[in-house]
Amino acid sequence: MTALLEVSGVTVSFDGFRAINNLTFSIGPAELRAIIGPNGAGKSTFMDIVTGKTRPDSGSVLFGDLSRSLLKMTEAQIARAGIGRKFQRPTVFEDQSVAENLTLALRAARSPWRVLFWRPTAQDRGRVAELAEQVGLLDHLARKSGELSHGQKQWLEIAMLLAQEPRLLLVDEPAAGMTPAERDLTTDMLVEIAKTRAVVVVEHDMEFVRRLNCKVTVLHEGAVLAEGSLEHVTRNKDVIDVYLGRGE
Amino acid sequence: MQTSRTNPSLTVFVATLLAFAVLITALSEGYGTGHLSTSFIKTLGKTLCLGLAALAMDLIWGYAGILSLGHMAFFALGGYMIGMWLMYARTREIVEASLSGGGLPATPQELEQGIASQIFGVVGGSDLPFIWGFAHSFPLQMALVVLVPGVLALVFGWLAFRARVTGVYLSILTQAMTLALALYLFQNESGLRGNNGLSGLQNLPGLADVDQATLSVWFFWASAAALGLAYLLISWIVSGKFGSVIRAIRDDEARVRFLGYSVEGYKLFVFALTAVVIALAGALYYPQAGIINPAELAPTASIYLAVWVAIGGRGRLYGAVIGAAVVSLLSSWFTGGRAPSIPLGFGRLDWVDWWQVLLGLTFVLVTLFAPKGLGGLFDALTGLRSPNRRGAALGPDQGALQEREAQK
Repeated sequence: MTALLEVSGVTVSFDGFRAINNLTFSIGPAELRAIIGPNGAGKSTFMDIVTGKTRPDSGSVLFGDLSRSLLKMTEAQIARAGIGRKFQRPTVFEDQSVAENLTLALRAARSPWRVLFWRPTAQDRGRVAELAEQVGLLDHLARKSGELSHGQKQWLEIAMLLAQEPRLLLVDEPAAGMTPAERDLTTDMLVEIAKTRAVVVVEHDMEFVRRLNCKVTVLHEGAVLAEGSLEHVTRNKDVIDVYLGRGE
Repeated sequence: MQTSRTNPSLTVFVATLLAFAVLITALSEGYGTGHLSTSFIKTLGKTLCLGLAALAMDLIWGYAGILSLGHMAFFALGGYMIGMWLMYARTREIVEASLSGGGLPATPQELEQGIASQIFGVVGGSDLPFIWGFAHSFPLQMALVVLVPGVLALVFGWLAFRARVTGVYLSILTQAMTLALALYLFQNESGLRGNNGLSGLQNLPGLADVDQATLSVWFFWASAAALGLAYLLISWIVSGKFGSVIRAIRDDEARVRFLGYSVEGYKLFVFALTAVVIALAGALYYPQAGIINPAELAPTASIYLAVWVAIGGRGRLYGAVIGAAVVSLLSSWFTGGRAPSIPLGFGRLDWVDWWQVLLGLTFVLVTLFAPKGLGGLFDALTGLRSPNRRGAALGPDQGALQEREAQK
């Protein structure tokens, strides 16, 4: 299996502090992966690098069948190449309806001229309804997304990611602030999504990671400390020292 | 049509504008009873042009969230471009008439020389600067009305947005742009007659036998038509997915980037489009004003534009037009010396001096207590109201913005 995303030897420093230190990471085209690590381990910086928000000092980031380098691309170009990102706090456009949010995300031409003359077809409307149904928001299409509950906003954002039809999804702490029932639903959603595309979940909550039941990468001080099943990494002595053994 | 469904104000606005135009025509000196003086018709026509400028300002500020404080530079540039043709063609008529007195028709060189010394004698020049190269041709100079402000906006916007200058820094940069342009135009070497500016623009070439009373109504109609068409165009732009994208950029531009939209491309598009619309407004305004000089590009002019939109209510197109109309008409009433002074025990309150203070206070009060501006009155009439959360976040579940909060 060839990798969809290959990050190798990446280093980033902020004012002399090495946020990412010679990091190497790869993920296949239909794989679910959890990234865990203590605060400051470089989880968010890793996502920033892949999505083009932060430029690394050295190393390479290759994506897709043609192994295109992402380092020269803007955030928007990377998103169009097929990488979607979900932020920790729900970031939906609260002033716009659920349908408008989904329509914005829908895979279509992105240039100003094309968007100016774009009008939804029956197929587009159907796709929006389908996505809304997938995350249980079909009855809320016309509501302003600012009115939704926290959990619903998280799901709307996941639906927006799916609307983009990305090949790789980066999800930052999806379960934060959710009720246990919402968490279970979110787990199922992510597992289902990962059947057809690559999903990277950054998460603090070990219980949530256990439910995802996938390969785990442990980051520490900007580098990979251990990789493998959750059972495997939790038995790793280094991991216990830096992360689990902190009396949490 | 989707636009009229998502923008119910469209029909009302166009109908009101039409009714207003008919009423004014019926009361005009040129075509009606003469109850309204020609100068008042011109004031109304100019007000419509300012409304058109405010409409564009609302698109870029109210919808795309870019507070440009330099857009009146494009308004003046549009005026200068049309002014060059008006002045050239009009001077040509005068020079031709005076030269033909000798019996022989004037040679092109004599004609050119005569026009140049007529226009530039006031700044001590006798040659036409090269920027007047197209002034002899109406279509070419009309193209410049659109091209000069459009290209300037594209270059400026490209530099500013590519460097990701946003918020108050962008506002300052646009102020610097309009100030720099004004200072440049104040110089005689700029080729646009320095601080004299261009004058006599109210006289249309070839229409010497049409009096101002008639011309003023023509321009009034042209201004009303331009405003109506622009309202239609901008309603259409904001009603579709494009409007959705620019509102999203206003609220969270980083997120829009991660959806794959080139935020800079959209900002540039809106910046240049509004610059062109405002330039056209200026091209209609200055023939009614009769004169243009570099003071029109002063930074305060662009700030006024933002104040009109804020008082009218930004993010709603009719609000911007109402704001521009109300504030600019009040302004000309107060500063025209017709507003009665208020005698106070220790002195007199002269509105000419105090109007700006009143306007400033109004701006502050509207921003603080009625952020929806005058347009918000329509919400109050139809029973819509916004939940007053005092800026608190829309929290989860029970705390989330509830639909019932927005209804009585």
